[in-house]
Amino acid sequence: MEELQKILDHALQQFAVISDEAELEQVKAKYLGKEGSLTALLKGLGKLSAEERPAAGARINQVKQGIEAALQQRRDALQQNKLAQKLAAEALDVTLPGRGLGMGGLHPVTRTLERIEQLFHSLGFATASGPEIERDFYNFTALNIPENHPARAMHDTFYIDPQHVLRTHTSPVQVRYMEANQPPLKIISSGRVYRVDSDATHSPMFHQVEGLWVDEEISFANLKGVVQDFLQRFFERDDLQVRFRPSFFPFTEPSAEMDMSWNGGWLEIGGCGMVHPNVLKHVNIDSEKYLGFAFGLGVERLAMLRYGVNDLRQFYESDLRFLKQFN
Amino acid sequence: MKFSENWLRTWVNPALSSDELAHVLTMAGLEVETLEAVAPAFNNVVVAEVLEVVKHPNADRLNVCQVNVGEAQPLTIVCGAANVAVGVKVPCARIGAVLPGNFAIKQAKVRNVESFGMLCSGKELGLAEESHGLWLLPSDAPVGKTLRDYLELDDKLFTLKLTPNRSDCSGMVGVARDVAALTGSALKLLDIKIQSVTLSEQLPVNVADAKACPLYCGRLVRGVDAAAPTPAWMLRRLERSGLRGISAVVDITNYVMLEMGQPLHAFDAAQLSGGITVRRARKSEALTLLNEQEVVLDEEVLVIADDARVLALAGIMGGQGSGVETTTRDVFLESAFFHPDAIAGKARRFGLATDSSFRFERGVDFAATRQALERATQLLLEICGGSAGVISEARGELPKRIAITLRRSRVARVLGIMLDNAQITALLKRLQLDFVTNGDDFSVMPPSFRFDLSIETDLIEELARLHGYDNIPALAPQATLTMLPYSELQRPLSRIQQLLVSHDYQEIVSYAFVDEQVERELCGNVEPVALQNPIASNLAVMRSSLIGGLVGALRFNLNRNQARARLFEVGACFAKAREGYMQSQRLSGLAYGTALPEQWGAAAKLVDFYDVKTDVEALFSPQELRFVTAPHPALHPGRSAQILCGGQTVGWIGELHPQWQQQYDMAQPAVWFEVELGAMTQAKVPRMQEIAKFLPVRRDLAVVVDESVTVQALLDAMMDASVPGVAQISLFDVYRGKGVDQDKKSLAFRVLLQDTQKTFTDSEIETSIALLVDIMKKHGAQLRM
Repeated sequence: MEELQKILDHALQQFAVISDEAELEQVKAKYLGKEGSLTALLKGLGKLSAEERPAAGARINQVKQGIEAALQQRRDALQQNKLAQKLAAEALDVTLPGRGLGMGGLHPVTRTLERIEQLFHSLGFATASGPEIERDFYNFTALNIPENHPARAMHDTFYIDPQHVLRTHTSPVQVRYMEANQPPLKIISSGRVYRVDSDATHSPMFHQVEGLWVDEEISFANLKGVVQDFLQRFFERDDLQVRFRPSFFPFTEPSAEMDMSWNGGWLEIGGCGMVHPNVLKHVNIDSEKYLGFAFGLGVERLAMLRYGVNDLRQFYESDLRFLKQFN
Repeated sequence: MKFSENWLRTWVNPALSSDELAHVLTMAGLEVETLEAVAPAFNNVVVAEVLEVVKHPNADRLNVCQVNVGEAQPLTIVCGAANVAVGVKVPCARIGAVLPGNFAIKQAKVRNVESFGMLCSGKELGLAEESHGLWLLPSDAPVGKTLRDYLELDDKLFTLKLTPNRSDCSGMVGVARDVAALTGSALKLLDIKIQSVTLSEQLPVNVADAKACPLYCGRLVRGVDAAAPTPAWMLRRLERSGLRGISAVVDITNYVMLEMGQPLHAFDAAQLSGGITVRRARKSEALTLLNEQEVVLDEEVLVIADDARVLALAGIMGGQGSGVETTTRDVFLESAFFHPDAIAGKARRFGLATDSSFRFERGVDFAATRQALERATQLLLEICGGSAGVISEARGELPKRIAITLRRSRVARVLGIMLDNAQITALLKRLQLDFVTNGDDFSVMPPSFRFDLSIETDLIEELARLHGYDNIPALAPQATLTMLPYSELQRPLSRIQQLLVSHDYQEIVSYAFVDEQVERELCGNVEPVALQNPIASNLAVMRSSLIGGLVGALRFNLNRNQARARLFEVGACFAKAREGYMQSQRLSGLAYGTALPEQWGAAAKLVDFYDVKTDVEALFSPQELRFVTAPHPALHPGRSAQILCGGQTVGWIGELHPQWQQQYDMAQPAVWFEVELGAMTQAKVPRMQEIAKFLPVRRDLAVVVDESVTVQALLDAMMDASVPGVAQISLFDVYRGKGVDQDKKSLAFRVLLQDTQKTFTDSEIETSIALLVDIMKKHGAQLRM
């Protein structure tokens, strides 16, 4: 059956060089179509004797299968090829920039405040807030700073009218919160405060964070512990030294200024102390039963140290070249 | 409080360096603000006397001087100063001296004449800003003595930042007392002797308000030489405390004030008529003060008066016409205790802040009133001569000293450390406080010079201060743990801020006070909340909107070549309310320039109303907003809307009015919005609803309407009609141009029909759509095929 072998060889040769699917199908017909050479051979089987027929038929079928397999293989290859070409043609320059809106960013003070609040929330401090135009009573009197007290002169207050000021600190929130809530209490309160003062290190508006913890057994040692813990976590430095220096605030006693070790020196970072019994008295909290500490931190100062900002005024200039550095 | 270290060390002399002493003071609450040397470093400078002055043979402007520096042979020194003269005493830098600026003095030939040193000006020694010629020293300056020794230049200046509670340290005695307590060093108090009275005369003293002035002492000293020079040592101490020498009598009163913290006043007795009365001023009484300021008084003000007129503001400042002059012969010296309540705030009322009012309003030692008078008398007699009269004294009720109970247990609770009785006893002793013990309690008598000690906590602070804050450990609190409430009905502000950040907005923080003009123009606010004492005229009123800060920030950046900016701020806005002030937290944004950052594949398009509207809608999502055309002073009248949420007006959105755009130098329009924060932070806890089993059917409807018909009107009409099956209608296209008449627009709506029970039949759908079309026709809509 040399002829069969020839047909097979021929078919395989022809398939291998065809690169077009339609042509492949046409060539297929030459072998397997109605007029195809194999079809003709199969038709010729009838002329053979009953003994010869099965063997001859089997041989022809074998070749037919061979051709069909080769055909399918070639079809697959051509399809693969076509897909590969399509994909290659669709390739992108992945280095072109993406499209659409850009990203904005938060102000560094907001960023700092969020960080501070997160840290204190982890200790269970709740958040409280108060008005910025504050009654003289809450800003001063209720904080043990009666009218004409020399400490008022320390505050460089903006007045709206004789009874209202722009709050000079966040401490009035302490009073408002204690009026409305019973101890134990543990809050922080942040926001804008105002002082009549403006130069490279003073802004007429800046931000403070106030902390207050009132409970039955809260001591000055605890105040030191919490503030030190906070500053070390805020700056992510376990070796950060915190120093407490005796000072005076009418609404705390003992009072302290908090200094932080920085570049070989000490930097003032805020004020703190044990809540003064007169302040507790104002809000009807029994100062024999309850003790508390309070602290106030300058947010801009913390942000400046954390992010290397050297001029306070930059926070309020809204220069995008400055602001975008904190995104 | 500023003073010379050498002076302090005459009171108490701990074995500490200047820096160590400063540290001790600072860590005890007496913050040393500055510690500076009196003089820069220099050496080998002595007091010299010029013996001979001869013109330099080779130079017109130079002189060759023979100078006595206290040695057998005078030195030859070439000098160029114009004021060199025979007999003057001047500082002389000798060979080997090194002057400030590392200027070394060597033997040198000046135009062929050997010079063995240099005669100095104050500037050359770093002791004067400017000098004209040599520094001429007093004629009694000891020749040969080093200038540093003669003028006590190896001294340092301490400046304490005194807190209002520590009035006791506004005198050297108080600072010294604290240093002694802190260091354990011996305290050398002044030896004040009762001065012998050589004059029987006495001015009558009458105190009309004994509450305000519980103790008044005064005495006449006759026959003084008020023109006598103030001794150099006294002048030096005064100057090193920041006080100018004025005249001997005034200098003495100032000096005693610095020593003892007791302000004194000296009157010229010849100018007084009759006796002294301490009383409240009468309404409209006037006084010209020593600083020439004229003040009109009232009953609030305590004054010193004689029988004819008001002489002085008690405890604050003397008046003109009764003070001591160099021609004064007879002096009336006053030493009084004015109650802090009578003085507090009074100086400030007249715009004054004097050394005297500073001390009286904080509290002066009322046990030392008379002593201070004796001390001043002693110095006056020594320096100016004269004879002292009998002290007149008017005494009312001095502040009561009430023993304070100090409990050891309370000390432990407040400070968090256990101090035993022995430790507390030792600390109280060091503070020189009188006390008796009763078990674990101490009964402590506050001294007359400590106005800050009246309750137990005051004493606990004293113990802590002396024990050292550093010696109190930092301890983590022990407390019962409970969780904080965390309401899901509130969206945290941080999430809202983050949302804007994701929409390409940059947060800014601007001042809450703005220019009145901005409030008027951009907010139509003619009655803003004004500051009584603004820091600048362009920061004089409180903002009623955040727009001013945003526009300012935008302009700042446009001036720095930024072409696109998207800014936002969160902050309080202020307005007058019927009672007090309205303060609302708002969020506001401003977008300028292209809608997208400059990029490939997207045509550059300026940001418009609708771009920003999307941002605002995102902020409130899932709450739905409505936008109603309304005019706003800042905005383009045709492109301005009120924002409504749940029927409430919650803010504004719009394009900046072209007039302001031009006035504020913006090349392109800016789109601004402002919303109440409270409206955004409210949230609902979601409840799941069944998802419909059947898929919705979509039908599109395109209609042509007049330009004046709003999309909202059509949507409202269709939705209000509750057409069966209609679940949602939304606009998806707007078309103007070919095929649509002028003044008309084509709107394409997508209608979703949904039934939870069954699938719609075609006829049901057609019926519903036909109903919608009818509704739109009522608004003049024509169906577009």
